[in-house]
Amino acid sequence: MKTAIITFPGTNRENDMAAAVKLTTGKSPDLIWHKETTLENYDLIILPGGFSYGDYLRCGAMAAHSPIMKEIIAQAEKGTRIFGVCNGFQMLIETRILPGALLKNKNLKFICKNVHLRSENTDTHFTKHLKEGSVIEVPVAHGDGNYFATPDILSDLAANDQVAFRYCDAQGNVSEEANANGSIDNIAGIYNKRKTILGMMPHPENATLSHQKTQDGVPLFEGILNGLM
Amino acid sequence: MSKKISVKVTLKKGVLDPQGKAIEHALGTLGFQGVENVTQGKLIEMDVADDTTDAQIKEMCEQLLANPVIEDYEIKSA
Repeated sequence: MKTAIITFPGTNRENDMAAAVKLTTGKSPDLIWHKETTLENYDLIILPGGFSYGDYLRCGAMAAHSPIMKEIIAQAEKGTRIFGVCNGFQMLIETRILPGALLKNKNLKFICKNVHLRSENTDTHFTKHLKEGSVIEVPVAHGDGNYFATPDILSDLAANDQVAFRYCDAQGNVSEEANANGSIDNIAGIYNKRKTILGMMPHPENATLSHQKTQDGVPLFEGILNGLM
Repeated sequence: MSKKISVKVTLKKGVLDPQGKAIEHALGTLGFQGVENVTQGKLIEMDVADDTTDAQIKEMCEQLLANPVIEDYEIKSA
């Protein structure tokens, strides 16, 4: 299987993502510069974290109009698996591949800490190695991760079982106190309708290696990558 | 020839605006009484070719300058 990690000016988590992919598959992914216009034969496309284009205008807004994005939108329509983390999630939102918006964190602070996530719908290629309702602990590192959706979008997400993760406490309670950034309904990550695309603010790639605080991201990467190998 | 256009982008009503709230709080701290409903937005100014249509400027707003899920925009020509 072949994995592409797309990089933009200001991307800074591509090597963390590459390490997690290599740990899972034994193979290094290709790092692809955003000026490329084709992505041939990739089974998985990853949009990693960072601060593309200095977060100008809105986070991910500039990257959403990069040359590579036309191809990513075409691949999304074809059903190629796409995984966006943090700034990558913001890009998927800004291209409207995923619905909703990401606002400034409710407390206006850049939040960098470990959080707990409850796995919601785990009947997907991405999360099949997680148990529904189980809790994973992974880091977040963002200033604009406050997920917002209109009532229409929220009812669509519910009707199609598109919520992947919610912020919760260590016991799995989804509460206001456990809501890291003010996201509506504690939403931390969502799928597209077909469940071929996952976008999330937290960084599971930084919870995979032995020196990291937890390795709770490992089953997620195994789910994402194993079915494709 | 070109014409000047400005686009004001603001958060839609009902969308949480923590920056506006922080400014409101700071004004209160400074001793300004009775300040309410502070919101913060963006002003984008540009020169566009004379024959640019209103529809094209609207497209610029819809596609890039504003995020229609959370933001309203107002176009003004100088």
